[in-house]
Amino acid sequence: MMESLAISLVNAVPVLSGVPLWTITLLIMVMVAAVVLTFALTYSGLATYVERKVAGDIQARVGPNRVGPVGILQFLADGIKLLLKEDIIPAKADRFLFVLAPYLVFVGSFAAFVVVPFGVGLIASDLNIGIYYVMAITSLVVVGVMLAGWSSNNKWALLGGMRAAAQIVSYEIPVGMALLPAVLIAGSLSLQDIVRSQGGLFGIFGWNLFHNPFTFLSFFLYYVAALAETNRTPFDIPEAESELVSGYHVEYSGIRFAFFFLAEYGDMFVVSALATACFLGGWHVPFLDAEALPALWGNLFSLGVFLGKTLSLVVLMMWIRWTLPRLRVDQLMRVAWKYLVPLTFFNLLGVSLWLLLFHGKGIPQMIASLFG
Amino acid sequence: MKARAEALPTQEMLINMGPQHPSTHGVLRVILRTDGEVVVNARPDVGYLHRALEKIGERVTYAQYMPFTDRLDYLAAMNCNAAWAWTVEKLAGIEVPERAEYIRVIVCELNRIASHLIAFGSFTADMGAFTPFLYAIRERERINDLFEDICGNRLTYNYVRIGGVSADLPDRFLEKTKEFLDYFAPKVPEYNNLISYNKIFVHRLANVAAVTPEDAVGYGLTGPNLRGSGVPFDLRKNEPYSVYPEFDFDVCVGTGERGTLGDCFDRYMVRINEMKESVRIVRQAIEQIPEGPVMAKVPRMFKPPVGEVYFRAENPRGETGIYLISDGTVNPYRLKIRAPSFVTMGIFEKITKGLMIADVVAVIGSFDIILPEIDR
Repeated sequence: MMESLAISLVNAVPVLSGVPLWTITLLIMVMVAAVVLTFALTYSGLATYVERKVAGDIQARVGPNRVGPVGILQFLADGIKLLLKEDIIPAKADRFLFVLAPYLVFVGSFAAFVVVPFGVGLIASDLNIGIYYVMAITSLVVVGVMLAGWSSNNKWALLGGMRAAAQIVSYEIPVGMALLPAVLIAGSLSLQDIVRSQGGLFGIFGWNLFHNPFTFLSFFLYYVAALAETNRTPFDIPEAESELVSGYHVEYSGIRFAFFFLAEYGDMFVVSALATACFLGGWHVPFLDAEALPALWGNLFSLGVFLGKTLSLVVLMMWIRWTLPRLRVDQLMRVAWKYLVPLTFFNLLGVSLWLLLFHGKGIPQMIASLFG
Repeated sequence: MKARAEALPTQEMLINMGPQHPSTHGVLRVILRTDGEVVVNARPDVGYLHRALEKIGERVTYAQYMPFTDRLDYLAAMNCNAAWAWTVEKLAGIEVPERAEYIRVIVCELNRIASHLIAFGSFTADMGAFTPFLYAIRERERINDLFEDICGNRLTYNYVRIGGVSADLPDRFLEKTKEFLDYFAPKVPEYNNLISYNKIFVHRLANVAAVTPEDAVGYGLTGPNLRGSGVPFDLRKNEPYSVYPEFDFDVCVGTGERGTLGDCFDRYMVRINEMKESVRIVRQAIEQIPEGPVMAKVPRMFKPPVGEVYFRAENPRGETGIYLISDGTVNPYRLKIRAPSFVTMGIFEKITKGLMIADVVAVIGSFDIILPEIDR
């Protein structure tokens, strides 16, 4: 995709024909990566602000309101503060791993943004193994978290790291299983293809959420499992500030801590984006086909729709966080292995049978065909 | 499997929980020996906040000791104030004006509500739900405002005096208190809807660290911790002091409604229900409070007769007992305080065996300990 872009660029601007093609491709790649990263960081910063405002509303208080209008620049102030803070590495920590860990977590979380289908043509790289890539690259987070817990040479951090490893590894199974129905229906692992498969004449009933009862259940299973995979309340036991002080990042300070913090918000966005793309129709809205619009407007419109759906799910996560207490570690494992894993397997089986029996048609299509 | 277990021997881990830890409610240090997440042994190590309050009692006069009682259980300073006053009055045989006793009961019960609010809020925060904590603080703030009206302070009140109270109630205090009670009474069901019967919350607490009634009595638990095990013992009923016999209220006990009798959930629910009972008591006290003086005639050079006395009062955290020996001078000869939280820590090691680390936090929260009282 980047290469074809480079070729068309060279064709359009003849001056560039002397430059080797690979340099132009590389430059475009770097630019796209920079755009995605800028978006991701801005989103994460704003999400911390929204989280605090949501928390304030729920807790009958105001939340940040000093920096900028209604406190919206608070995240910049916090970011600058974190940058200027002393970078402390504990004396007996494993220095190399300690420094490496935040980057692994950060990379694991933000690399997933590359395949998020923001709009009709707004996707950094439409990999044909999109979902598979997301599952794989976000697994890097668990390595980082474990390293952080281990290298800190702190028992609380170690406990947090071990908890996180057990939790994320366990919950990746239901997360993957709950996403597979969407893959089965679209017949593709590419996120853009999955989104396209949910368009059509049925409005919101074209979404996978309403395809059949199993996909409906699948969405909720996915959302619950994804909450656990992002270590959010009620599954935030790796951090558990009241038990483990703050878990694996207890020894981190300054900008290294910020990396963990941003990665958490990045993760929230990625799992919500996957839910949107796989179950809520991605950038589709009823009665308006973004692909039929002129390219610029179509892209902007679909971007807005996609962000709207995704960010609603992110805010829902915040709402849940400030409402529910925390599970205990054994209860958490029980939820994963005794309920979520069997249920998602059952669901996958159900969807497969449904597709086999009804030749891939969903309930809305079947109802529509009844009326000719 | 066995061979592998021998090849990879696991060790117990020794962790210091505290003295700096967010869930030990102060400077409690718990020496945890754990096998992974399972607690093998948890030994509380107290004493980080020792200020020799009992020894200080021997060096100051009876009236001068009143501010120190504020620093015993700072979340229920009124109750500690009153307990000291009742002790000295019992020793010296001072008749306290009836209005003063009513005022004491009103402030004590308001302070009980405030203290239980903190217990409720910090306990839910320990369980990971931070929101109810701020709701509890919001309500407690109004009690603090009321106390600020009557004595100018919001935490360490120093309001009660030997022989009465330092000043009569300010204008409109009783009306304001009524307004607060009308505002607060519907809040308790709100807390129950919000968190008490939340499925996760119940699962975290039910069947955790159940204390049998025999153990509770044997280890000397008092107050809500004893009643949580189903023992209906409340000094306000069983050994009435002050004007408590005038009031109609129920003793709340644990029922094992969601699990075993005496588990963390029962102790928690006792506190929730006691807030309702305190509201009832304050309402009755406001109705019945007589006019009159608020201070008995106590000589400036106050010298109680030679003798000794033990008085115990039902404080929010249990039975605060004060043992006092007087040698007839202006200073006490010996002062010993039985702090309910300190006694409660005795059973801690026994009931935390085999629990998870997260449960240790639940146990500390459900006992509602307060460190300045433990260490004195």
